[in-house]
Amino acid sequence: MITEEEVRHISALADITVPENELKSFTESFNAILGYFDILDTLEIEGKLERRLVNVFREDEPTESLSQEDALKNSHEPEDGYIRAPKVI
Amino acid sequence: MEDAYHAFLTQTELPQEAGTEGGILSGIRVAVKDNISTKGIETTCASKILKQYIPPYDATAVAKLKAAGAVIAGKTNMDEFGMGSTTENSAFGPALNPRDITRATGGSSGGSAAAVAGGLVPMALGSDTGGSIRCPAAWCGIVGLKPSYGRVSRFGLIAYANSFEQIGPMAANVSDCAKLFSVITGGDKKDSTSVDKPYDFAGLNPGIKGKVIGVPKEYFAEGVDPEVKETVKAAISCLESLGAVIKEVSIPSMKYALAAYYVTCTCEASSNLDRFDGVRYGEIAPEMNLPWHDAYTKVRTAGFGPEVRRRILLGTFALSAGYYGKYYVKARYARQKIAKEFAEVLTGCDMLAGPTMPNTAPKLGELMKNPLEMYQADILTVPANIAGIPAISVPCGTVRGLPVGLQLMGRMYDEETILNAALAFEEANK
Repeated sequence: MITEEEVRHISALADITVPENELKSFTESFNAILGYFDILDTLEIEGKLERRLVNVFREDEPTESLSQEDALKNSHEPEDGYIRAPKVI
Repeated sequence: MEDAYHAFLTQTELPQEAGTEGGILSGIRVAVKDNISTKGIETTCASKILKQYIPPYDATAVAKLKAAGAVIAGKTNMDEFGMGSTTENSAFGPALNPRDITRATGGSSGGSAAAVAGGLVPMALGSDTGGSIRCPAAWCGIVGLKPSYGRVSRFGLIAYANSFEQIGPMAANVSDCAKLFSVITGGDKKDSTSVDKPYDFAGLNPGIKGKVIGVPKEYFAEGVDPEVKETVKAAISCLESLGAVIKEVSIPSMKYALAAYYVTCTCEASSNLDRFDGVRYGEIAPEMNLPWHDAYTKVRTAGFGPEVRRRILLGTFALSAGYYGKYYVKARYARQKIAKEFAEVLTGCDMLAGPTMPNTAPKLGELMKNPLEMYQADILTVPANIAGIPAISVPCGTVRGLPVGLQLMGRMYDEETILNAALAFEEANK
């Protein structure tokens, strides 16, 4: 069972707050869904996971791309051709 | 255009592009789901977090529509980011089912289905991650095709669970569905998972004679409405009377499908939706003076609806240290097993048949009370996404006045066979 405290921790990891008044019902539905996932514990693991990876790299052929103006159009208050973001340090 | 079903989030009437008069879709109005990027037209994924986002480019599928002469009629309502099976998770209010406006359209491409079923457009693009084209097609009584993974470019489709999803056609009849499909298929350098296998519309024919149709018993298990079962069985008998050979088959690992799907899609969602922080797009701006975790948390909490929050948190949890092996890795094994079983069964059959949905369209609000019940509605559609194979839903009658969909699933990259079978069925039941 996941506790309300653990839901708070996960929500901090995901940068999302679950409002305090929704925490109880959220935790309940979370546990119901995780309980359903437990059916995977009955799966017999056989063989290895196949990884059908193919190399998708190609030669660099410069083509037309977005202009700086278009790339910045949806951002808030771009400055000198840069996107503004909250402070990191 | 009058929109009594809240099918559209944005309506547009862009003129047809010059020089496309000879195109296969010349002058035809096509609606586009709001998670598919349209240059210069607001694209929100029915989420507050993307309100006011104007893509600076077209999705490849949209560019192909335009090149074929189509007129983009607008952007359709959906469950926020595709997360839901009724279109009630739209941040802008639900779409209404044209067959009964007190009922849900199904989802997540419910706006596209309502636009077609309500006669507002002849065709629409949807996207299907775990049934999002076939579910609303079944519940609204139209045709919808989830293509084989890779046959349609996902470039410009705003990702939710990218290892499952495909853009696909929805239309009032099989021929229009196939025609729209022929326009959007083909390889694309901008999507490394795309494959270059164009569909040729000229090849569409009602061919069903001698085709072997496998009927997996798991598709008629407990939980499927008995009258839906009867209706779909009658449809399969009809295909038999048209010359198909019917064979009962079994896919035992179906029992893992729903859990494997929801573990994987929430994990992918938690990663894919990490990009929404208000910095590069969206109406809600981060507060620049706050520390970044605080600033992003404010934007994301205000911008995401309850179901999106739930799936991001489920995925974050399932991928977190100590749980990754229990959930994600197991889901990958289950996925591999299910895909193998489908491939094996499909070596002895040309296609598989069963109901698209276990029930008919629910009343608005009915499935919203319990998230797990909502997930369980996808039990018959998620296997095709897990296996990557094509699947079509075609109307096959009604139960208590509500449409029922027959689902045909084909071999990988063999949409041709299921489209032909769907056409044969449609013609026999005109």
